[in-house]
Amino acid sequence: MDTASLLQYLVSGLTVGSTYGLTALGFTIIFNTTGIINFAQGEFVMLGGMLAVILGQALGLPLVPAVLGAVALTTLAGGLVERLAIRPARGASPIQLVIVTIGVSILIRGLVMLLWGKDTFALPHFSGMRPILFAGAAMLPQSLWVLAVTLTLLAALRAFFTATIHGKAMLACSHDPGAAALVGVNVRRMVLASFMLSALVGAVGGVILAPLTMTAYDVGILLGLKGFAACILGGLGNPFGAAAGGLILGVLEAFGAGLVSSAYKDAITFIILLALLFARPTGLFGARSADRV
Amino acid sequence: MKTVRLFAVLAAVCLMTLSLAPARAAEPVKIGAVLSVTGPASFLGEPEKNTLLLLQDRINAAGGILGRPLELVIYDDETDVNKCVLAVDKLLKKDRVVAVIGPTVSGNTLAVMNKFPAAKVPMISCAAAEKITRPVNPWVFKTPQSDRQAVARILDHLRQAGLSRVAILTVSDGFGQAGRAVLAEMLPAGGFTLVADEIYGPKDTDMTPQLTKIKGLAPDAIVCWGTNPGPAVIARNRVQLGIRTPLYMSHGVASNKFIELAGEAAEGLLLPAGRMVAVEQIEDGNPQKDVLAAYVADYAARFGAPPSTFGGYAHDALALVRAAIETSGSAEPRAIRDALEATTGFVGATGVFNFSPEDHNGLDPSSFVMVGIENGAWKVLR
Repeated sequence: MDTASLLQYLVSGLTVGSTYGLTALGFTIIFNTTGIINFAQGEFVMLGGMLAVILGQALGLPLVPAVLGAVALTTLAGGLVERLAIRPARGASPIQLVIVTIGVSILIRGLVMLLWGKDTFALPHFSGMRPILFAGAAMLPQSLWVLAVTLTLLAALRAFFTATIHGKAMLACSHDPGAAALVGVNVRRMVLASFMLSALVGAVGGVILAPLTMTAYDVGILLGLKGFAACILGGLGNPFGAAAGGLILGVLEAFGAGLVSSAYKDAITFIILLALLFARPTGLFGARSADRV
Repeated sequence: MKTVRLFAVLAAVCLMTLSLAPARAAEPVKIGAVLSVTGPASFLGEPEKNTLLLLQDRINAAGGILGRPLELVIYDDETDVNKCVLAVDKLLKKDRVVAVIGPTVSGNTLAVMNKFPAAKVPMISCAAAEKITRPVNPWVFKTPQSDRQAVARILDHLRQAGLSRVAILTVSDGFGQAGRAVLAEMLPAGGFTLVADEIYGPKDTDMTPQLTKIKGLAPDAIVCWGTNPGPAVIARNRVQLGIRTPLYMSHGVASNKFIELAGEAAEGLLLPAGRMVAVEQIEDGNPQKDVLAAYVADYAARFGAPPSTFGGYAHDALALVRAAIETSGSAEPRAIRDALEATTGFVGATGVFNFSPEDHNGLDPSSFVMVGIENGAWKVLR
């Protein structure tokens, strides 16, 4: 096996892995504030991509306003989800809220399907489709966009949760909403903010991925699943773990397909995932938490 | 008092129905259809349903079948095999239709086809799997070509171009794996060497690992078997990796949507397709030209978009049943079946059908043409 091929597998794995990592980051934000897993996260990614396509094609907007508009609208949608579905169910246990998010994901998917149909759409590449060649491997400029945006978002989120008062307030809400409220944190506003922020992250992921992977009303299902797997692999609640988990998953898939068998690449990936979780049940970068029983 | 009035009304209604009955138009011919209008196969089932509605109106406007109006009973199986079985039972036992069109997908068709000999009602499937008509089930027909005919077309083209080492890349769903089996059988039998046999998932978004592996084996040609959007991703990845090896696609992507998705990466790709993709390029004198031109124009006028080749499967199924009823002069299920089996030279949207007791598909590789993609449009190769 020559090095050019190996490098190509790595490039492919990192690109695909970024898609999982970006979805996983969104899971992390809501989990860190509410302790629930938002299964509509994949739908936020889908909404970002689909809205960018719709704004570009139907309204004839140029790429940049279409992308910004899609991100803004999806952030708004994230806020609506919290106000219309999560807040009315407050007081319910996390597991019930998780079921609510599954319902929300089905609703969003259905609405998009009814409004814009079941076709697949492609968004133009941000900076052309001429591949960049290095050491025999070919990489699209869009892949660099994806990697760069993933890393930037990751750094920003890490700084937000560890260095800002709002980030720490959000974390406090997940540990003990009652105590957080007592020290003056507006828990409801924090939950709303977490949904909007994770929708924003999802939408950014959606729009930068859409040129590479294309988009349709149902792409959120698989992204949500793989993103969740990435979260578990990296350790729930840790943004760094989520992104790293996504990249590892993507690279495993690419090498599995290239070196072993493309028919069994998903099986290979999940066997490795299971083995890792047997060895480290909290995930690769997850803190061993003893406070929650 | 109230009861008396109720009885009076009821009696009047009964009398009216009785007196109207003989004056009513002839009893409608009831034909059933089970299509995957929603669910994963909706891209097949939706144009099929639209086509049936279009033909129903066209036939009734022209005086119906044997002077009787045509009544279609269409059920949506949601691409779900259980719902499909229930819908077929309903059509056969409750609606008592004289023939059934569909199901849309192969899995559903295989699940229900054994009900038809028992019910003694003919079924004309819109699904492609070879197992539907081989071995022949006397009551089961199908209108799409088999993969074998598409592969035969591709192999002819490879042979003419002098290409012999072939890599295949197939999707891991029913369509891709059926194609993979036929390719794995026909390539060696035709004297070709199968150098790589790679697979990708229906929702995969990056196939560069598979293509990198194939590139390393330096085949003369790559054959990809799948439906949108996977093949569009593969076309783009091929350009990204700078692979110049000719890439052949299956008939599963023969729609303008594919060119739109693959963009510039679609240039120069080759595939077998029904003549519907390029009606204006059909040579004059080809019997399909008029049938297709009328179908495409009517469909576009009513639904605002040109039909896909998939709609053509339903078009031919209903047109064949209608022709069978008219030639046999009877709308009884057995008469329809016998007339269908005896149909020859029937010009449909997909091809020219020649049924026989041994062949319930009735098409040959000539129902496909090889097309290339040039400047973002289909170009029929001669």
